[in-house]
Amino acid sequence: MTTTDESTRRIREVLADHGRLPVDVGQLSDDDDLFQAGMTSHASVNVMLALEDAFDVEFPEAMLRKSTFASIGALRRALAELETMEVPA
Amino acid sequence: MADRGPAQAVDATATVDAIAAVGAPVRVGVDVTAVAEVADAVAIFGDRYLHRLFTPHEVESCGGAAAAASLAARFAAKEAVVKVLEPSGARPPWRDIEVVRRPDGACRIRLHRTAASLAAEHGVGPISVSLSHEAGLAVAVVAAACEGPADGPRQRSTEQSNTGGADR
Repeated sequence: MTTTDESTRRIREVLADHGRLPVDVGQLSDDDDLFQAGMTSHASVNVMLALEDAFDVEFPEAMLRKSTFASIGALRRALAELETMEVPA
Repeated sequence: MADRGPAQAVDATATVDAIAAVGAPVRVGVDVTAVAEVADAVAIFGDRYLHRLFTPHEVESCGGAAAAASLAARFAAKEAVVKVLEPSGARPPWRDIEVVRRPDGACRIRLHRTAASLAAEHGVGPISVSLSHEAGLAVAVVAAACEGPADGPRQRSTEQSNTGGADR
């Protein structure tokens, strides 16, 4: 299981590389709305695919909702859930 | 530029006029996608990106020099359809919403699985689509008659969202 800090670091890295945000990802808080910060729906697809590569998971259809990709915190919680599902303790 | 053309624009307009004439509420969705973003995604993620978002027919019908622009228009169409379907929970997978290109070049929306169920649930009829791309941007407009209860406030909300540009 990836630690919270490591998860957050990787998510921020993916957002910087694929989120096409007009703001510095380092300035975004855990709860800042990524779509309000300028992430387009297409960029969120790239973020999803890059996170799948970085965390070796796959987002199931049930998680394809705007709220899953709405903030760094939401992404971290979704990824933690996926990691738990795919690598049972 | 296979997705453009006055015939499609006239077709969509005529459909909306016909819907208005019978008094059914109309839902309209619009979305815009940057062509360069799609080209980059294809270069970075390749087939995984294509297969996640597009059906085999869509990929096949987007061949040629304007492939990225055509794919971007189709992505915009899928997002525009989601705005019409208004899912309250998870959105339908992208491949459930298919842009079918007929031999004459005109495009139609075909819904599958979750998207088709949502349309039935909301009383959304056949969806007309018009696609265009220019200057690095692809845009799609979709319209459909809605046989469900009249939803004036919802239509006003959609209008505000689209003109405000916040819900892309």
